[in-house]
Amino acid sequence: MPRLSLTINGRAVKARQGETILGAARERGIFIPTLCNLDGLKPLGGCRICLVEVRGHPRPVPACATKVEEGMVVTTDSERVVSMRRMVVELLLAERNHQCPVCVMNNNCELQAVARLLGIDHVRYDFIAPRAVLDISHERFGIDHNRCILCRRCVRVCDEIEGAHTWDVNGRGAASRIISDLAEPWGLSGTCTDCGKCVQACPTGALFAKGTETTGKGTICLEKLVAWRQRREP
Amino acid sequence: MSRIKLATAWLSGCSGCHMGILNLHGGLMELFQLCDLVYSPLADFKEYPAEVDIALIEGAISNRDNLEMARIIRRYTKKVVSLGDCAINGNVAALRNPGGKAAVLEAAYADPVNKPVVFGECVPPLFDKVLPLHQVIPVDAFIPGCPPEPEAIRVALHRVIERL
Repeated sequence: MPRLSLTINGRAVKARQGETILGAARERGIFIPTLCNLDGLKPLGGCRICLVEVRGHPRPVPACATKVEEGMVVTTDSERVVSMRRMVVELLLAERNHQCPVCVMNNNCELQAVARLLGIDHVRYDFIAPRAVLDISHERFGIDHNRCILCRRCVRVCDEIEGAHTWDVNGRGAASRIISDLAEPWGLSGTCTDCGKCVQACPTGALFAKGTETTGKGTICLEKLVAWRQRREP
Repeated sequence: MSRIKLATAWLSGCSGCHMGILNLHGGLMELFQLCDLVYSPLADFKEYPAEVDIALIEGAISNRDNLEMARIIRRYTKKVVSLGDCAINGNVAALRNPGGKAAVLEAAYADPVNKPVVFGECVPPLFDKVLPLHQVIPVDAFIPGCPPEPEAIRVALHRVIERL
């Protein structure tokens, strides 16, 4: 297989044809943060955390979904891409209800880890605070849309690895929601094989296994939480 | 150099961040060698003083009283610091935001007969949305955490003092 020569952050790098910028950088120990990327799944380029600059390209490109080319000059840590990554993570935090202290994934969360890595100590944008529901109709798992960042790892792992394609995305933009089958309760899904791959693939606390609902701050009563989230307006 | 005038304030929070300050333990001695506490819920001060160097503010903005207090603090303070997650993003106080004011009043105060909730004049009106501190006044520094680690408070305070 032909080897291509490119430059990443001023370092000469050899890469195989067909490899992504992310893969080539990782092989050389050059770290690029990611969120929607998961090894073994097809790259989506959806979260834009892994944006890098390529000389000659007017816009930054996602490292996870861009193939290396001969003579490419890549910068992964310029001020411009770092500030863009910060902006992307802040927008993700503003889009749903990410209250870490009451989340099942506190301190095990990839979104939290990326925010910490980028030194995000506050969000400059208005919080949308959408009304998002929680579905615990499945016997063993639950989905809390308040924590979802729409990375579609669950959709892809269910489709590409398990072959069930229970999950999909409904709606557009910030109103998008992950749905099971035709927007039915998860517990009633006829396609779900109860394998739990989506729960393992989820980078945040959006998908979780029941029985692990303890945080560092005590136990969450899921039934009460669901009643509160699904209550009718007075 | 004259002694630094330090204030702390407690808006819509649980006082956990003030516990974080108390958890400085020995660090408190170190802190008060440099600073005088001029306003704080930890001591009995009635009025916010006219000249303050650093104010650590715990809690989100969830009612008119919080907003007035935040504006007073900003007017008389050189460096305003958001202390803890409630001041930074609303955190637990902002859990009510998706439902708004009506939902939280109903959940907390409505009686079984569903009589409308009536508050007297002395209760500050709740805002429909809980806001982070930096969305109502300019904030100079942020100390995240729920509550912030004492070491984070210590390091951040020293950095703010250096920048005075």
